[in-house]
Amino acid sequence: MSTDAAPSKPPWTLILFLVGLGDWSLFSLRAVTGVFSRHLKLRELLRVCVDVGANSFGVIAITGLFIGMVLAVQAYSQFHLIGLDTSLGAVIHMSVIRELGPVLTAIMLSGRVGTAMAAQLGTMKVTEQIDALACLGVDPVRYLVSPRFLGCVLMIPLLTVLADGMGVIGSTIICVEVFGIDSYHYWRHTANFVTLWDLFIGLGKSVIFGGIVGLISCHRGFQSGAGAEGVGRAATEGFVMSFIAILIIDFVLDMLTSALGVILFAQGSGNVA
Amino acid sequence: MTASEPIIRLQNVTVRFDRQTVLEGISLDVLPNQTLVLIGESGCGKSVTLKLIVGLLKPTAGEVLFEGKPLHLMNERELTTMRLRVGFLFQQSALFDSLTVFDNVAFGPRAKGGFTEDSIRQIVRERLQDVGLPLTVETKMPVELSGGMRKRVGLARALALTPDVMLYDEPTTGLDPIMTDVINELILQTRAKRPVTSLVVTHEMRTVQKVADRVVMLYPHARLTPGDPQILYDGPRDGLTDHPDARVRQFVRGEALDRIVELRGDFAEGDHR
Repeated sequence: MSTDAAPSKPPWTLILFLVGLGDWSLFSLRAVTGVFSRHLKLRELLRVCVDVGANSFGVIAITGLFIGMVLAVQAYSQFHLIGLDTSLGAVIHMSVIRELGPVLTAIMLSGRVGTAMAAQLGTMKVTEQIDALACLGVDPVRYLVSPRFLGCVLMIPLLTVLADGMGVIGSTIICVEVFGIDSYHYWRHTANFVTLWDLFIGLGKSVIFGGIVGLISCHRGFQSGAGAEGVGRAATEGFVMSFIAILIIDFVLDMLTSALGVILFAQGSGNVA
Repeated sequence: MTASEPIIRLQNVTVRFDRQTVLEGISLDVLPNQTLVLIGESGCGKSVTLKLIVGLLKPTAGEVLFEGKPLHLMNERELTTMRLRVGFLFQQSALFDSLTVFDNVAFGPRAKGGFTEDSIRQIVRERLQDVGLPLTVETKMPVELSGGMRKRVGLARALALTPDVMLYDEPTTGLDPIMTDVINELILQTRAKRPVTSLVVTHEMRTVQKVADRVVMLYPHARLTPGDPQILYDGPRDGLTDHPDARVRQFVRGEALDRIVELRGDFAEGDHR
């Protein structure tokens, strides 16, 4: 009987993943350092900010409003059974400000802006415009990606505040106006449980999500394959990768901020008065 | 650098994409002020050769030298300086979609810096006149231009920084015969106005006959017999028509492979080697 073990195959999937991650990291480093270089054009940054911020205003407002209302409807039936109707404000507002506001805003940003960025840069790649930039002495990553990255980072906290605000308004309309919960106690519980720390955590997460969406989407655009199919695939990959990254990073940040809350305030981060 | 030293040198260059070899063991010198036309079937690596010269692609093996200095030893600043001395007319013109014709042509001077807006305006107008375009196109967007006009704007952009080397990637592809001749004339005019080294990639034998000082013919690596050189021809344009290699004659005359076999039996006898 032979004792020779069969030669093991290299873990290609893992190797390709690590190579891709390394490539994205170098790309991201270049884009982030480009924010501080002379290549950053204010005009381009303003254009991106308008596209990311002002043009996303409506869809983010509607998303935030309806998420708040849906949460209120779903939670009311449960809380009403145990007589905790007035605690609904604290629970819903905490969920919206710490979790749903930042995450849903980032996902909407990824769907609306990230896919457009990936498709636009992918088209520029297949039509050799990115090569033309390099030939004209300009670093394409710093010229094209840095303003998009910065635009996402600057605009997403504002959009998140909008989503939070609309979520709070939506849930309040349902709880107070539709279900008739006493507004004094509704707001009193909210004030007791939802703090500036929660808002800070939510906005901090949104900044990270915005940067991640910008960098992943732009990287997929730069890696786009040839033709319409390649550009379409780049846009889809940009969205899917951003979506997964947002969920994973959200989980990691939640773990970290919960621990940090305990350390800073010697109690659960959700109960900091 | 003396006049006899090559401005561009490819030394034993090999390029592979995944498992596909595009170029293998290519060595090529381009002398100053020479117009070298690179011909060959689709997929033989002509455009890849141009992209190697400006560092948009890196060779898998071998090295590319510009004025005696290997590109892979150049730092970012040196590579940018080198690229600013090279004008590149892309196959699809690669005009920046979001910029007007004026801004496209002005892009190089603005990126390089050291020009006032007045001098940039002067440069743009001169270059547009050089390529035979009216100044009324300045405000047009690239999508509003015909294929021939796009090529001419691309040429004006490439010439904006008065480059020492011009690279033309299939400058007449997709153009009607008259516009093809216009572009050929522009290549000649560019050389007549000031000394410039030109490397032209084309399928068009009319372009070869009109502009070439020297012709190099590449053969697709996938169809080579192992051990055969990939450069089939390197010499004056007059030596192409009656070249002893059937593959050269076939390309020059634009004859289908089957017809060659049927009429001459060259391939069956293997005299193409």
